[in-house]
Amino acid sequence: MKHLFGFIGRRTIMFFRHLTSIACITGEAFYWIVVGPFRKKPVKRFHLVSQMVEAGVNSLMIVMVISFFVGLTMAMLLAYQLRKFGSESLIADFTAIAFTRELGPLMTAIIVAGRVGASFTAELGTMRVSEEIMALETMAINPVRFLISPRLLAMIIMVPCLVIFSDAVGMLGGFVIGKMNLGVEASYYIQKSLMALQLKDIVTGLVKSFFFAIIIAVVGCYYGFIVEGGAEGVGRFTTISVVNSLISVVAADCFFTAVFYMV
Amino acid sequence: MITVNNLVKKFDGRTVLSGINLEVKTGETMVIMGGSGCGKSTLLRHLVGYYRPDQGEILFDGKDIAKMTEAQLDAVRKKFGILFQSGALLNSLSVGENVALPLREHSDLNDEIIKIIVKIKLELVGLTGFENLMPSQISGGMKKRVGLARAIALDPQIVFYDEPGAGLDPITTAVIDRLIVDLSKKLGITSIVVTHEMKSAFRIADRMAMLYEGKVIAVGTPDEIRDSSNPLVQQFITGSADGPVPLRRSSEEYIKSLTGV
Repeated sequence: MKHLFGFIGRRTIMFFRHLTSIACITGEAFYWIVVGPFRKKPVKRFHLVSQMVEAGVNSLMIVMVISFFVGLTMAMLLAYQLRKFGSESLIADFTAIAFTRELGPLMTAIIVAGRVGASFTAELGTMRVSEEIMALETMAINPVRFLISPRLLAMIIMVPCLVIFSDAVGMLGGFVIGKMNLGVEASYYIQKSLMALQLKDIVTGLVKSFFFAIIIAVVGCYYGFIVEGGAEGVGRFTTISVVNSLISVVAADCFFTAVFYMV
Repeated sequence: MITVNNLVKKFDGRTVLSGINLEVKTGETMVIMGGSGCGKSTLLRHLVGYYRPDQGEILFDGKDIAKMTEAQLDAVRKKFGILFQSGALLNSLSVGENVALPLREHSDLNDEIIKIIVKIKLELVGLTGFENLMPSQISGGMKKRVGLARAIALDPQIVFYDEPGAGLDPITTAVIDRLIVDLSKKLGITSIVVTHEMKSAFRIADRMAMLYEGKVIAVGTPDEIRDSSNPLVQQFITGSADGPVPLRRSSEEYIKSLTGV
C-alpha cells in the first residue's frame, strides 16, 4: 500500500515537473518569436520555411486522404440514421458543421501529432544524444530560440491551413455520399452546406487548431530536449511524446468544445 | 587566463571532481590527461560553463564563471571555441553553414563577408572546397576538422578540445595535433586539450596536468611529467596494465556480492 501511494506520489510530482518545464519552454519559444526581431535575432526565414514545408506541405496529402475517408464514413453513418426520419437531406448540414467544428481540427491534429510531433522528438532527441544541443549552448546560441521557435511558428501557421483543407475534403466526402445516396443536385447540396455553415463554426475550428499546433510542437520538442540513453532513448521518448501529445490534444479538444458550446 | 580553485562536483551523491586546482596561462597549450571516468570531460564542461560546480570557483580573466548569469556566460562563451569529441556538427546544415553559424548568430557581417571568412577558416584546417557537402558525407576526421574551423570562426581567445584524437587513425590524429599546435602558435590562441592519448599529449603540450579520481595529481612540462616519480603517472604514460591504478571499479566486495552475505 505504501509502495502504491509512493508510486502515485512520485508520478504526480513528475507530471507537474514536466508540465512546468513545458510551460516555461512555451513561454520562451513565444518570447523569441515575438521579441526576437527587435533584438536582431528573428526566426531565420530559411529555417521557418523548411519547417513549414516539412510540417505543412508534406502532411497535406495524408490529411486530405484521411479526411476524405472520414467524410465518406460520416455521411454514410448519417444517411443510415437519418433515413429513419426521412430527413437524409440533412447530411449536408451535419457534415459541414461536424467537420468545421470538430472533425477537421481533430483529425488534422492527430495526424500531425503522429507525423510531425514524432519527428520533432526524434530529430531533437538525436541532436541531444550526439551533443549537438550542447554544442549550440556552448556557442552561446540559445537552443530554444534556434530549434523550437521556428518549429512552433511553422506549426502555428501550417496547422490551421491544413485544417481548412481537411474541412473542404471532408465535406467533399459527404457530398459524394449525398450525391450517390440521395441523387441531389450538386448545386443544391452545396447551397445547403453553405446555408448551414456559419462563420462561427469555421472560426471555432481554426481557434482550436491554433492551440493544437502549440501543444503538438511544444510537447514534441520538449521530449526531444530531455532524451537520454542513446538511440534506445530516442525511440522511447518519441513514443512517450506521441502518446502525451495525443492525450493532450484530445483533452484540449474536449475542453474547447465545452467552452464553445457554452458561449 | 583560467584559474580553477578547489572545484568540487557530485552527481547523485557520487563525487566526480573532488577539489581541482589548476592554472592555465595565456597562450599556452595545457593538456589534461587521465583514464576514462576520471572526470576529464566533466572538468572541461565546467570550464565552458555547461555544468555549475557544487563548490569552488572558475576564474576566467579574473571573473568567476560559476557565478555568472546566463547572459553574462553567453558573452564569455563568444570568446571560447570548443571542439567536441564527435565534432558535434549540426547534421541539417552543410559544412559551410556549420562554420558560418557562429558568425551569423553573433555578428552583423553580411553574407559575402561571412562566405569569405568561412573559406579562410576552412583553408586553415585544409578543407577548402568542402563548403557544400553535408556532414553525413564526410569522414570522422574531416568532421573534427570542420568542428575545429567552426570553433575558431569567431577568433576565440581560448579553444577547448575534447579528445581530439578519439576514434581517428594515427595519421589523422597527427594531422589534427599539428593543427592544434599551428593554431596556438600562429594565432596565439590558448588551448586546453583533454585526452588520454599519450603520444599526441606529449606532441602538443606546453604543460600537462594528470587527473586521477577527481584530483590533479601532477602538473608540469612534458619533461617533468616524463621524469615524474609518481607511480600513478608513470603507469599512465607508459600504459602498462600492472601498477597502482586499480582495474576494478566495483564498489561492493566481490565475495559479498557472490555469496549475498
